[in-house]
Amino acid sequence: MNSVEIKHLDLQFASIKVLQNLNLTVSKGEFLVLLGSSGCGKSTLLNCIAGLLEPTSGQIHIHGRNVTWDEPSERGIGMVFQSYALYPQMTVEGNLTFGLRNAKVPKDEIARRVERAAEVLQIKPLLKRKPAALSGGQRQRVAIGRALVRDVDVFLFDEPLSNLDAKLRADLRVEIKRLHQQLENTMIYVTHDQIEAMTLADRIAILKDGKIMQLGTPDEIYNRPLNRYVADFIGSPSMNFLDGEVLGDSFLRGDLILPLSDYRFAGGASVDCSATIGIRPEHIVTGELVEGMPIRSEVVVEMVEPMGSDTLVYTRLEDTPFHIRMDGQARVRQHDRLAIGIDPARTSLFDTTTEERL
Amino acid sequence: MSDSTNPMARRDHTHDSVEPDGPRPRHRLSGRNIMIYGTLIMISLYYLLPLYVMVVTSLKGMPEIRLGSIFAPPVDITFEPWVKAWSGACTGLNCDGLSRGFWNSVQILVPSTLLSIAIASVNGYALANWRFRGADVFFTILIIGAFIPYQVMIYPIVILLREMGLYGSLSGLVLVHTVFGMPILTLLFRNYFTSVPVELFKAARVDGAGFWRIYLSIMLPMSLPIFVVAMILQVTGIWNDFLFGVIYTRPENYPMTVQLNNIVNSVQGVKEYNVNMAATLLTGAVPLLVYFVSGKLFVRGIAAGAVKG
Repeated sequence: MNSVEIKHLDLQFASIKVLQNLNLTVSKGEFLVLLGSSGCGKSTLLNCIAGLLEPTSGQIHIHGRNVTWDEPSERGIGMVFQSYALYPQMTVEGNLTFGLRNAKVPKDEIARRVERAAEVLQIKPLLKRKPAALSGGQRQRVAIGRALVRDVDVFLFDEPLSNLDAKLRADLRVEIKRLHQQLENTMIYVTHDQIEAMTLADRIAILKDGKIMQLGTPDEIYNRPLNRYVADFIGSPSMNFLDGEVLGDSFLRGDLILPLSDYRFAGGASVDCSATIGIRPEHIVTGELVEGMPIRSEVVVEMVEPMGSDTLVYTRLEDTPFHIRMDGQARVRQHDRLAIGIDPARTSLFDTTTEERL
Repeated sequence: MSDSTNPMARRDHTHDSVEPDGPRPRHRLSGRNIMIYGTLIMISLYYLLPLYVMVVTSLKGMPEIRLGSIFAPPVDITFEPWVKAWSGACTGLNCDGLSRGFWNSVQILVPSTLLSIAIASVNGYALANWRFRGADVFFTILIIGAFIPYQVMIYPIVILLREMGLYGSLSGLVLVHTVFGMPILTLLFRNYFTSVPVELFKAARVDGAGFWRIYLSIMLPMSLPIFVVAMILQVTGIWNDFLFGVIYTRPENYPMTVQLNNIVNSVQGVKEYNVNMAATLLTGAVPLLVYFVSGKLFVRGIAAGAVKG
């Protein structure tokens, strides 16, 4: 059964199209991440689902019911905001119960739900405190609790971890994942952080200019990006791109010839055209393994960034900036000559004009 | 005294020569300080001197005043002028002092302040958080209203009040004050509520709170400072009003300011400067008291609105 279904959703502010004919289906219990850079419409979409923004046209269904014109509280959703949005003058308990009191839920039922939420989120000792007396992580936990007590099947998260420091963010990320496994409800999660997206999501929708560029599992998004935008957006450092052309069974760029016999073309077979090849920095092979690679070349190291777990090497290939991610223990210095190998099966080819995957 | 509490001792055995260490030494009598404090003291004196003259004059008897030295402190302190100002000074035929004007002013002040703040805060909240159709037009009209000179509106309001049967009554004046407070107060509240994070409002909507519930349970408790600011603006503004009071009320309903004017300007017999001073101080006491009591909150409220705009 589908939990959330969005049909032909359009949203326009004055003359600006924020969402364009957007279709999206989220199945029950799925963790969907809406990912994109700022201004792509991801938060807008979430606000539409929540009922906090009115779409210009289109429909939103939650649990098979058309809720397009329903009030946020009638949609069966709970929402967690980036700034926590806790009511400052109420205690934690007051924050958790505000919605239930509005809905005139019986007292003992409220107590039962608060008890359960406090247990799940380990905020029992905080119930009598005001939000000002809580740390950022505790505040966000209370904010999640506020969604939890509503006893709804759809959770909406609007960049919930962006206000936290890196360490806390990683901790809470794991907690949210655990919560999802425990509660098994549908979660729609907006973020601009691709690590959050990759680690949490069952599926990721990458948005740009109010349109979904690709909807797929983290694995599909990472390994088989549908277009150049997605390929560039996902991965850090981002993918290396080389413009060239596909001729028969090879990709040609200057002296470089990549045999494409192992490449899985989207259309099943190779088509001659001008094309861009994308190679992830972490998929470039160095050291002894180079010998076994179908394509070999040599580059000069321009700069080295040791990052502890990895070493990032800046080079040029065919006069184009080319980044290589090597092991943290790699000992390379500036001006070194480096032998590299590329496996065509792990590359992505895009039509240079349409930027679609070949 | 142990080493750890005596900075000199500690410094002595870590440094042989004198090196900068710890807080920078301050020179109390630097040229800069003399300039700053000198200027401040001069300006304070400039403002405080008239008040001083008023207080001392109001405590003197008439023979002492006739001596003419207005800065001299009173030799024979008397509270007679204060009593007379409050309950015995004459305006025309009435000789019951300022007390009647005081109670008139209170009857005008309390409902106008409460009413204007109550309405303007809801206006501001609606404008800031519920982007209803025509909100911008409404807001623009309101702001233009704030810039139209009062003189233009005086006569039309006379007619309006007459038609409503409120001309000359206290409730008519209350209505005028409430309406005239609306533009600036609405602007004040709108700006304050705009600075409240919008996610708080969204969270309350997801929690099923409606227009009034959000206003009463979420917004109101968060906005004490701005309510204090609005209250001070209204209390001082309405209390000090003279123009509307003299135009829209009848003599038996005159507010305190109008009555003060009549007492000070009445021309029969001797000019009783001590009574006039006492009457003026009595009239000014209410706004003064409001400032003293809520000064801190006032500053905080203004600042709270200013930082997040």
